Amino acid sequence: MNDEAILEINGLKTSFFTDDGEVPAVDNVNLHVKKGELLGVVGESGCGKSVTFLSVMGLIPQPPGRIVDGNIFFEGTELTKLPERKMRSIRGNDIAMIFQEPMTSLNPLFKIGNQLTEAIRTHQKIDKATAKERAMEMLKLVGLPRTNELIDTYPHELSGGMRQRVMIAMAMICNPKVLIADEPTTALDVTIQKQILELMKNLNEKLDTAIIMITHDLGVVAEVCDRVAVMYSGKVVETADVKTLFQHPKHPYTKGLLDSIPDIRQKSNHLYSIPGNVPKPGSIKSGCPFAPRCDYAFDRCLADSPELYPGENDDHEVRCFLHAQEESETQ
Amino acid sequence: MTAYIIRRILMLIPVLFGVSLLVFSIIYLIPGNPAQVILGQRATTEAIAEVERQLGLDQPFYIQYFSYIGDLLTGDLGTSIKTKTAISEEIWPYLAATMELTLVAMVIAIFVGVNAGIISAWFHNSWFDYIAMILALIGVSMPVFWLGLMEQYVFAVRLDWLPSTGRYDPSTVIDSITNFYLIDTLIQGEFGKFKNLLSHIILPGAALATIPMAIIARMTRSTMLEVMKSDFIRTARAKGLNNIWVVYKHSLRNAVIPVLTVVGLQTGLLLGGAILTETIFGWPGIGRYIYDAIQARDYPVIQSGILIIATIFVIINLIVDLLYAAIDPRIKYK
Ligand SMILES: Nc1ncnc2c1ncn2[C@@H]1O[C@H](COP(=O)(O)OP(=O)(O)OP(=O)(O)O)[C@@H](O)[C@H]1O
Ligand code: SF4
Ligand SMILES: [Mg+2]
Repeated sequence: MNDEAILEINGLKTSFFTDDGEVPAVDNVNLHVKKGELLGVVGESGCGKSVTFLSVMGLIPQPPGRIVDGNIFFEGTELTKLPERKMRSIRGNDIAMIFQEPMTSLNPLFKIGNQLTEAIRTHQKIDKATAKERAMEMLKLVGLPRTNELIDTYPHELSGGMRQRVMIAMAMICNPKVLIADEPTTALDVTIQKQILELMKNLNEKLDTAIIMITHDLGVVAEVCDRVAVMYSGKVVETADVKTLFQHPKHPYTKGLLDSIPDIRQKSNHLYSIPGNVPKPGSIKSGCPFAPRCDYAFDRCLADSPELYPGENDDHEVRCFLHAQEESETQ
Repeated sequence: MTAYIIRRILMLIPVLFGVSLLVFSIIYLIPGNPAQVILGQRATTEAIAEVERQLGLDQPFYIQYFSYIGDLLTGDLGTSIKTKTAISEEIWPYLAATMELTLVAMVIAIFVGVNAGIISAWFHNSWFDYIAMILALIGVSMPVFWLGLMEQYVFAVRLDWLPSTGRYDPSTVIDSITNFYLIDTLIQGEFGKFKNLLSHIILPGAALATIPMAIIARMTRSTMLEVMKSDFIRTARAKGLNNIWVVYKHSLRNAVIPVLTVVGLQTGLLLGGAILTETIFGWPGIGRYIYDAIQARDYPVIQSGILIIATIFVIINLIVDLLYAAIDPRIKYK
């Protein structure tokens, strides 16, 4: 579909098989990231953001989870069918991931240096001293001070912000082509959050790493991303470059999300929030999953499920019948 | 760390005083008169009074206790009534025999238990998991003496693979250095004798290993299941580490602390003398030594035996605590 895409997800479906039956946490997701791009992925809690990218990493807990359908291409290699051994050589090396919980994502029993050098020595045949050099270099790059002391400390001796920087250093140590950051700043306070985002933007520019920034905060997207994908109930409902999305949102859900961003210029304290809740995955059997909460819903929305319709320029796709006409009109 | 260790060792002193007081009081708690025991049933009252005076039994309790402590501090554990030998001299071979047996049992228990627990956790809800956990359940609830008898029947009597009792063949002569015969014979390069000793220790070792093994397996499984859900394990896997590395480096080390507690406790229990097992297998250990002393109402031996076992218990506890601190950097040396 896209020649410059370094990572491409096609029709991905990942389900969890629980006592209540199959839960399709991710259902028919299409996404791609270009080389060196900063892609934002937004959506409310439970919409399948983490599951999508854990699928990319091959880290879905199995059982109960499994990739049921679809393809994931990394530089043309299909990942969903790759043997575990080959997948391991990509994981952490070509595609790295950092997680939401900096406080618990580092092993409490090993020194920072050990955990960093381990990340690089898994993929590259280099001696301990060189690995240590490289670890200190990375710690410096993510803006941590006194790196030669730092590598001998344990995680519990560091603050949350420092730990997340260590996580970023660890993810970047093999110079990956894609970095997946799953809500990297959610657990941090606002000033630290700003610094971490700044850092990731810098790394993206300096090292040309494609970064996928998962977040439920559109403010984060506005600040750092080039392009954005909005997810709802296990599906991508709209993708566009950041400017277009903020200025001309098409999907009613995206509009709702934009309306619920706190705005300092707004005089009133009242904040808009989309009525209703995110449906449980798989609970909506037919029709548009957003229909129960959508102000624009009409007959067809309850009967059929909309597809991802390309907009007037190819990069603005939207999964809504209101924009299905545009497609037929333009053709 | 060194300061912490020293402090912990100093903290043992009051504990050991308490233990010694308790052990010393035993003589007042159990029925019978030591002087009577020494002299036999037909002794005259005068003779008994004379012996009581010699033993200091006519002194007030606290004087007796302080002279007892004084003796202990000089390494004097008293004299056996039965053998008239210094207990400090005769107890060591028994203790070493028990320690050797315990060591073998715990090595088996830890090796099998930990690995079974890991495999069960990794493949949880698989047939391996089910079978291992059923065996573990049977293991913890099986009377050890019965298991010992069955082992003897199958492996010694029926199959005749291994000797059924004793520490070595009576015809063998072992030049003891440390009283740990397995080590002694290895040092001396006496491999024939080593094999002989090994064949004797396997059955009682396996019998004693059963319960700790089962408990360790269950404990390892449950803590590993817990740890493997942690965020840092996901991080380890996201780095591209292979499963062996994820399990044995990142998971096991985090799961090991509760297991260590169990290992310490069980080691203490085994060292405390597995009297039944030692009797069944004719093992000349501390359990047997104390048991015989109880039969003979050999009070000084009972006292010293219990004191030594209690001391070992306390020391094992200390070692376990120190190991916690060595493994987990979050434990403050305070
Ligand atoms: N291990 C699991 N077992 C069963 N269901 C799961 C499991 N993990 C995720 N799910 C389901 O998948 C859905 C999507 O979860 P996911 O973690 O991807 O959400 P998310 O968009 O990342 O949300 P958040 O913003 O809270 O991180 C959830 O509704 C959840 O019910
Ligand atoms: S398809 Fe219908 S229900 Fe769904 S978002 Fe569009 S208008 Fe709303
Ligand atoms: Mg998530």
